[in-house]
Amino acid sequence: MADLSINLAGIKSPNPFWLASAPPTNSGYQVQRAFEAGWGGAVWKTLGDPILNVSSRFAAISFNGQRVAGFNNIELITDRPLDVNLKEIYETKKRFPNHAIIASLMMEPKQEKWHELVKRVEDVGVDGLELNFGCPHGMAERGMGSASGQVPALVERQTHWVKEVAKTPVIVKLTPNITDITATAEAACNGGADAISMINTINSLMGVDLDTWNTIPHVAGKGAHGGYCGPAVKPIALNMVAECARHANINIPISGIGGISNWQDAVEFMLMGATGVQICTAAMHHGFRIVEDMIEGLSHYLDGKGIKSVSEIIGKSVQKYSDWGNLDLNYNIVAKINTDVCINCNKCHIACEDTSHQCIDRLTDKNGKPYLKVREEDCVGCNLCSIVCPVDGAIDMVEVPYELPPMTWNERQSALSLAAECKIDSHK
Amino acid sequence: MEKTQRISTANLERNFQEVERALTNQEALEESNRCLYCYDAPCIKACPTGIDIPTFIKKIASGNLLGSAKTIMSSNPVGASCARVCPTEELCEGACVLNHSTKPIMIGNLQRYATDWAIKNEINLFEPGKPNGKSVAVVGGGPAGLSAARELARLGYEVTIFEAAEKAGGLNTYGIVSFRLPQAISYWEVDQVEKLNVTIKTNTRVGKDVSVKDLVKDFDCIILAVGMAHVPDLGIEGEDLEGVYDAIEFVKETKSGRVSKDFVGKRAVVIGAGNTAIDGATCSVRLGAKNVKILYRRTEEEMTAYDFEYEFAKQDGVEFRWLTAPEKIIGNEHGKVIGIECIKMELGEPDKDGRRRPYPVEGSEYVIPVDAVIKAIGQTRHLELIHALELQHDRGVVLVNKETYQTSNPQIYACGDVVFGKGNGDAMVVTAAQQGKLAAYSIHKQFTAASRAQ
Repeated sequence: MADLSINLAGIKSPNPFWLASAPPTNSGYQVQRAFEAGWGGAVWKTLGDPILNVSSRFAAISFNGQRVAGFNNIELITDRPLDVNLKEIYETKKRFPNHAIIASLMMEPKQEKWHELVKRVEDVGVDGLELNFGCPHGMAERGMGSASGQVPALVERQTHWVKEVAKTPVIVKLTPNITDITATAEAACNGGADAISMINTINSLMGVDLDTWNTIPHVAGKGAHGGYCGPAVKPIALNMVAECARHANINIPISGIGGISNWQDAVEFMLMGATGVQICTAAMHHGFRIVEDMIEGLSHYLDGKGIKSVSEIIGKSVQKYSDWGNLDLNYNIVAKINTDVCINCNKCHIACEDTSHQCIDRLTDKNGKPYLKVREEDCVGCNLCSIVCPVDGAIDMVEVPYELPPMTWNERQSALSLAAECKIDSHK
Repeated sequence: MEKTQRISTANLERNFQEVERALTNQEALEESNRCLYCYDAPCIKACPTGIDIPTFIKKIASGNLLGSAKTIMSSNPVGASCARVCPTEELCEGACVLNHSTKPIMIGNLQRYATDWAIKNEINLFEPGKPNGKSVAVVGGGPAGLSAARELARLGYEVTIFEAAEKAGGLNTYGIVSFRLPQAISYWEVDQVEKLNVTIKTNTRVGKDVSVKDLVKDFDCIILAVGMAHVPDLGIEGEDLEGVYDAIEFVKETKSGRVSKDFVGKRAVVIGAGNTAIDGATCSVRLGAKNVKILYRRTEEEMTAYDFEYEFAKQDGVEFRWLTAPEKIIGNEHGKVIGIECIKMELGEPDKDGRRRPYPVEGSEYVIPVDAVIKAIGQTRHLELIHALELQHDRGVVLVNKETYQTSNPQIYACGDVVFGKGNGDAMVVTAAQQGKLAAYSIHKQFTAASRAQ
């Protein structure tokens, strides 16, 4: 069986599956249950100055009958006294010495307050710290969370303050509510962060009730934006992880977060540069027991590929992620419809006809039976037909042989400018 | 889903291919994602072997098919067969909470999907345990015996299965019609057990090819899992005529791979209305018989066949003659069956077992012209072997401690149909598998306790 243990900036855990700082890690009772179920680590629900919470805190999006495609919350950081949390962290660590416990921290941007919090938390024996510069609701209105996280200078400065006193590895958790996450990731690096984690939740309003016209969720008839997470945010999170992983100036480990629901999602994040992953919504939907399949599925996947340690897959797809200008303009694929599998719903036809390149014909064979056929010469290989197709294997996207040698936009542009220069030269 | 394929008289072999279509990848994915993944789920409790159903389904959804197959087979060593033969609507699917909101998850078909994957990929799911120096003889290689052997082998016991037939698997190999359960599935389960270093001695009948005395002497423990024997005689005239069959033997013959043409165009009657009777009837239809009737001395109410089996037989065109008992089988001058004399019955008061006792209606005799009579009125017991082992029993039902499956001889345990008596619910493959597991654990507990005491 493959070795699933990871070492993220010096924080070791028996497997890459950590519970993210969120309601599931609110107490010692919960974290200990999670460790019993097999979770490798837990980032404790954010510690900081006492807050008050409201009632009615969560909401979710169902998509075509599937529950919890996306999830949103307006809960704040821990509402339990720091002493109680610290005592429970100490007890949990004592009971589970080989599991990773990371304390998530949030503080107003004052050096001495950060120093004090870091010292108190490290005294109880955590394996690392995660600075919450990401939480987008509530705390941000008080200048903390994503309000800090959206300003690179504040990220750098506060990271630096923490690093002045921290003895354990410091992870900076980034907000996605920013135009370019690599800017704040780089700021964290400059502040001396040992690792970054992403993404925190995305600003969201889940819905409006059509009868009461209240927001969803609402608190006594009033709503405020929440933080969006769950399966729906995975592609956004995966891109942000990948952008940081391939960035020349960001060279610290990444803890991947955002919509990870199973071992396959975890593998994707790790291939795109994450050293480990953090999970919350999936656990909130199904309970801690889901980790069994995550561990087993990951283990079988690695065994099946003959990979001895999960660390070997970290970042293996990063080099395949680049800028648009580096994509090959002369690579071509076309759609092929397998008439024997096709159930003739005509969805590919209408999608192509109305919204793409009008290259799927509706024909009739000699027995009068209708069938669909792609005019390959007009197909641009957009994938739309295969995306809307409801049947596995009815539409294949197949490579067609090169007509011209591979050439990217960037190569084309530099060739053109070279040619232009030559022209100028020849005129001399 | 289409269930019944057209019966072909031209291609009889085709009639014996599995009728239930396997789920496609897409169907399995959609169905597995429909499962709620209940906590402390009722389907688990409804499964006699306690398979963690939500977990195996979740693993299908996540693409962890190896894990899914392991989850199934670790709880049920004949889980691939059970995926096909379990009365799921009375067990897991009947307990599915979605019965109360939409429609239940197709648990049986998903279980088949995951185990089919393991079969197709030739996966060995388990490892033998570290040898502990103890040996166990398992008499009978059917579901109960295989299940006990598998668990004992995983615990480190040296296990030898003694199997009278040519192949192990028992009912799954020979007794369940191949259009429900192809033999290949049963063979795979046998193979999984054999790969754990379990010795399977086939063509070896205990009491004949190997003596009971040797068994008792050579092994630390014995598990008796011989199931039941042949169908008893009807006790009427004409039973020795050509064209009279024992339903168990009859079904076994259809699983040999050689499909006989003898039934094409013939008329057959089956006596009895249990699941074996249904098998006899549907096999007859599939062998090309032009008319097949089931004769039962009670009514539809009292019949013991599962509802889905009854439905299946009706779809196959089997006719049912209720309140009809055979009086005499009539033969021609060549000793061949040409008819059966029956008498009409009526029901009296409920019997000790709660079923209403049938009484013949005087003067109602009539003859049904037939070419074949298939007897399916239950099975006899392996009395000779039970006597040779000197075990306490009640008319051939070996008496065991209900928790430990230990018999009156502390060295001998018994499980499966051999301990199955009246009023114990259905004699299901899945129950036999569970009893095999429990007997194995009891043996382990006994030895562990003994070694601790030393």
